[in-house]
Amino acid sequence: MAEVEHVALLARLQLTDAEKEDYSRQLSDILAHADRLRELDLEDVAPTAHAAPLFNVWREDEPGRPMERDKALANAPEREDGFFKVPRIV
Amino acid sequence: MRLSDCSLAELGRLIRSREVSAAELTEHYLERIERIDPKVRAYISVLEAEARRKAAEADRILAAGGGAGPLTGIPAALKDNICLEGAATTCASRMLENFYPPYSATAAEKLLRAGAVVLGKLNMDEFAMGSSTEHSAFFPTHNPWDTDRVPGGSSGGAAAAVAAGLAPYAIGSDTGGSIRQPASFCGVVGMKPTYGAVSRYGLVAFASSLDQIGPLTRTVADNALVLEAIAGYDPRDSTSVPDAPAGYAHGLENGVRGLKIGLPKEFFTSGLAPGVEKAVRDSVRRLEALGAETGECSLPHMDYALAAYYLIATAECSSNLARYDGVRYGLRAPARDMIGMFRASRSAGFGPEVKRRVMLGTYVLSSGYYDAYYLRAQKVRTLIREDYERVFAEYDVILSPTAPTAAYRLGEISDPLTMYMGDIYTIPVNLAGLPGISLPAGLTDGLPVGVQLIGRHFEEALLYRAAYALEQSGVFTARPALAEAE
Repeated sequence: MAEVEHVALLARLQLTDAEKEDYSRQLSDILAHADRLRELDLEDVAPTAHAAPLFNVWREDEPGRPMERDKALANAPEREDGFFKVPRIV
Repeated sequence: MRLSDCSLAELGRLIRSREVSAAELTEHYLERIERIDPKVRAYISVLEAEARRKAAEADRILAAGGGAGPLTGIPAALKDNICLEGAATTCASRMLENFYPPYSATAAEKLLRAGAVVLGKLNMDEFAMGSSTEHSAFFPTHNPWDTDRVPGGSSGGAAAAVAAGLAPYAIGSDTGGSIRQPASFCGVVGMKPTYGAVSRYGLVAFASSLDQIGPLTRTVADNALVLEAIAGYDPRDSTSVPDAPAGYAHGLENGVRGLKIGLPKEFFTSGLAPGVEKAVRDSVRRLEALGAETGECSLPHMDYALAAYYLIATAECSSNLARYDGVRYGLRAPARDMIGMFRASRSAGFGPEVKRRVMLGTYVLSSGYYDAYYLRAQKVRTLIREDYERVFAEYDVILSPTAPTAAYRLGEISDPLTMYMGDIYTIPVNLAGLPGISLPAGLTDGLPVGVQLIGRHFEEALLYRAAYALEQSGVFTARPALAEAE
């Protein structure tokens, strides 16, 4: 349970007691299923990050046209003077 | 023949010969949506005004002559995780309920430029996480074949809309089966293209190394036509593959004589429902009768695919969904400090399945567990990819069921792991980045059954050819009663 609370903090979630109980049980079940991966000898196997044969995708370092500020801010829950507004940090 | 029964090629011919106007076709579909969708609930939003405006624009282009392509003036619908500028893109989540994207996804933009008329945005499992569309934060979608049953998911709205004749075609996304499994449950054709074939720019990210956009259609030829329109290199997606072969409909009618089809023994085991196995075996016999050579093959690491997938997909999900912090867009819940605001906003905005996956993904990436889970899963991913490579040295196409069962009842499956098990035949295809198509292969107790064809990277044209041959053999001609209602 303490572990679920720790992970919830890392995930920036605030769980109810009922959610903590549910997730604690369900995640244990899923991880128990995942434990079957331990049966395999993976010593000499390289990991696959994704399946497309693409490496080092570059482009010319040329400035493009950024999105207009108003458009970028249009979905902001709160804004002020052309900036995103957030609760006090310091 | 009613307009809603026409293939895209037929609709295109009617439109370009001006026998039917884009406006008339659009009204036909808007009327059907108004009448039939209350029973199906495929749409989250219907864009009547914008659709009428686009249809009028298409009619002007057609009247002027020239400039009309195969999709000009034909309606379409988009899964609600594909950004469309000016239209709410909710991902079926409270988090994005009021999100209006400032740009359109490349796939949507390509369709608009091709003259498509977007009818609306389609229901899905929240953030594409689920297999039944019951995880939509707004309402579940119902299977047009039996409205007490799920349409599959996560592109459940897309599959149901096409099956019920509420859109001539739809665009979905597939991370572990989210196009193919609902296509199977609803009796339509769904293609998950090769990873990198269709730009993911503007597709709201779930698991970036697995997500891929693809079409859901009534016929195989329609599907190839739509894929041709949305595929192609896009510099705005760094995983978009340059120089991918075009011509997805090339050789469509060339048949399957001499084609080598592998049947993986791991996909025909005890978990498979008898009615599904019967329909799939019937497809195999049909392809054999058409001259294909079939044989049993083996993908020995399939038992590990589900576990590897749920570690990789949730890890990527937890990282991708970190962006929903209540600062730049999405729901914000009030709180006194910053961390409190993040936690309150995310807890109010995400539904139970999304939270579950964010929790699991955060756990497997957290300090001390990375090697044990995430890295191990990535290594297993290599073994799965190599399994396919070995089979494809001997066979051209792999055939399997799309899902172990037909559509189940709404509320029937509540345990997450049991629901995840329903994706065992589709998930390994995403892990290997291969193309996979599901097409209807028959009915079991009045419900559609899908058969899946899997190919080598960028061999979609070969999959379409085999699927077309099977379709033309008359394997499936039924329509749901609900789609026939006048």
